[in-house]
Amino acid sequence: MIQINDVHKSFGELEVVKGVSLAVTKGEVVSIIGGSGSGKSTLLMCINGLEDIQQGQILVDGTDVHARSTDLNVLRRKIGIVFQQWNAFPHLTVLENVMLAPRKVLGKTRQEAEAIAERQLAHVGLSSKLSVYPSKLSGGQQQRMAIARALAMSPTYMLFDEVTSALDPQLVGEVLDTMRMLSTEGMTMVLVTHEMRFAREVSDRVAFFHEGRIHEIGDPEAIFGCPQKPATASFLKSVL
Amino acid sequence: MLHGALVSLEIAALSMVVGTGIAVFLALSKRSSNQLLIGFSNLWIGTARNTPALFQIYMVYFGLGSLGIYIDSASALLIGIAFNNAGYLAETFRGGLEAIPGTQLRAARSLGMKPALAMRLVVLPQMFRIVFHATTNQMVWALLMTSLGVVVGMTDDLAGVTQELNVRTFRTFEYFIVAAAIYYALAKIFTGSARLLSWRLFRY
Amino acid sequence: MLDTSLSWNDIFFLLRGASVTLSLTAWAVLGGTALGLIFGIVRAGGPIWASSLLGAVLDVFRSVPLLIQFVLINSFKSILGLDWSAFFVACLTLSIYTAAYCTEVVRSGVLAVPKSTRRAARSLGMTYTQDLTSIVLPMATRVMLPSWIGLTLGVMKDTALVLWIGIVELLRASQTIITRIQEPMLVLAVAGLLYFLMSYPLARLGARLERKWKRQ
Repeated sequence: MIQINDVHKSFGELEVVKGVSLAVTKGEVVSIIGGSGSGKSTLLMCINGLEDIQQGQILVDGTDVHARSTDLNVLRRKIGIVFQQWNAFPHLTVLENVMLAPRKVLGKTRQEAEAIAERQLAHVGLSSKLSVYPSKLSGGQQQRMAIARALAMSPTYMLFDEVTSALDPQLVGEVLDTMRMLSTEGMTMVLVTHEMRFAREVSDRVAFFHEGRIHEIGDPEAIFGCPQKPATASFLKSVL
Repeated sequence: MLHGALVSLEIAALSMVVGTGIAVFLALSKRSSNQLLIGFSNLWIGTARNTPALFQIYMVYFGLGSLGIYIDSASALLIGIAFNNAGYLAETFRGGLEAIPGTQLRAARSLGMKPALAMRLVVLPQMFRIVFHATTNQMVWALLMTSLGVVVGMTDDLAGVTQELNVRTFRTFEYFIVAAAIYYALAKIFTGSARLLSWRLFRY
Repeated sequence: MLDTSLSWNDIFFLLRGASVTLSLTAWAVLGGTALGLIFGIVRAGGPIWASSLLGAVLDVFRSVPLLIQFVLINSFKSILGLDWSAFFVACLTLSIYTAAYCTEVVRSGVLAVPKSTRRAARSLGMTYTQDLTSIVLPMATRVMLPSWIGLTLGVMKDTALVLWIGIVELLRASQTIITRIQEPMLVLAVAGLLYFLMSYPLARLGARLERKWKRQ
């Protein structure tokens, strides 16, 4: 379970997360929607310790992410994250990209790591591209590789930071299909997204992020169908 | 003379290996937040790049001698050139590191890699490709710098051997023209192989 | 105070050496840049045969140690029986050496000017020379300047090698003093400081110009 308790995060003088609390249980899919710059991505980065927090607490399976004593490297094996700009390692082939962490971080042997990588790449539909370099792949394919790379670590939780925003429209579908598949397999997912239809279809809960806070949260049908707060309503009207 | 060329190559290669290692350390130091490391790195790079290479060799040869450490001319040449290499390469490496988006390191860390591991597996390989051309240039430069050894009394390297022959026979022009041709040939062979190597290595 | 045999006379001796260094640098950069401009423009836009030939010849000067070049040109002048001073030989060699590098700097500077801009100038009726002087060179200079400054600083350091053909510049001067008073660290430190002082202003100017132009 991920517990976010009253988290505040600032960049210098500017506070971008102003007291957010959220609990994500095992197997849940939570989508976070909201306008640009509302702090959604920042919150996601705080969950696996890529960003620090000024106030509050984030607990992942009981471990405080930002405590001094926490070994972030160990914690990050449990939390997979996929970024908007997939950040493929350009000097490694697709297979090597996915194999790298299981081998070097989890200490698997070459054969074990290769098997894991091949399985995950098959999972996301990239079996034919194993010995290709990322530069030869489309954005959608690279993003799916990034998902496979994160999955290869067998994480308990997966975070997705606007993973389709940088893709050409026709490539968005294949990535969403992969994510939909993961959700049906029972992966715990927190996704920041602009894909409203997808969020409505796949999520157990949808949170509307506005001015650094969770303005409204609830069942997808409730949020999209009859939003309670005016800010939510106006946001939805502008994007749908 | 060909044996002298071999000696020159050895010294150049060794100085590059040492220089590159130190340069990585200096480049990382300069990008760190440790004031002491930044200062040390700046001092090294500043001296190496703002004073003549011969001066640096003098520092090692004469300077260390006065502190009681006896250095023979071959070692002084080697250390001097390595010092120089490290300074120039550090700046090149620093530029290379700056060209790699910080998101690469972030992605590697997100997979649970410790900082040193992430550097070794993800960042440094990419830097290697970016700085390859400049580094091979520096290697040619190092080879040409070995000729300075003759000023501090080297007789084994190409320039030293040529000078020995010159002093004995006074046929300056002939011997030095041959030496020049050998240096030129070595430089060309090296840059040619470097280009081939980069074509093979950097297929991505 | 420091207990040293280094006298004020010695310091002046070093300073005289430094002035020799500076004058050698000045002549070399003057000659080298002038040649480099011409060669660079030829290499950037001239006929292929001229460009490749020039490139190959100049490449030789970049692939042979400067020390060897000094010796060769010096002995060549002796063979021809010419009565050139060592200083002249040094300036000549350094100029050619500088020109070899400057050519590449100029070439990349000229090539950095977009073809479309030059085409626009020619379409307005400007001649080749007018295009070159009013359009290409001002734009190219911006690209060239940092490298050119680096080159100048490099030449200044390379002047140390003229000691081999008997000229007393800064490094030779310090060597003379060291042989006399046997305090290498101190003398070299002073010499190093002088080298640093000579190169710092130009390096700073270069950095400042680079920053200013980056902002534009």
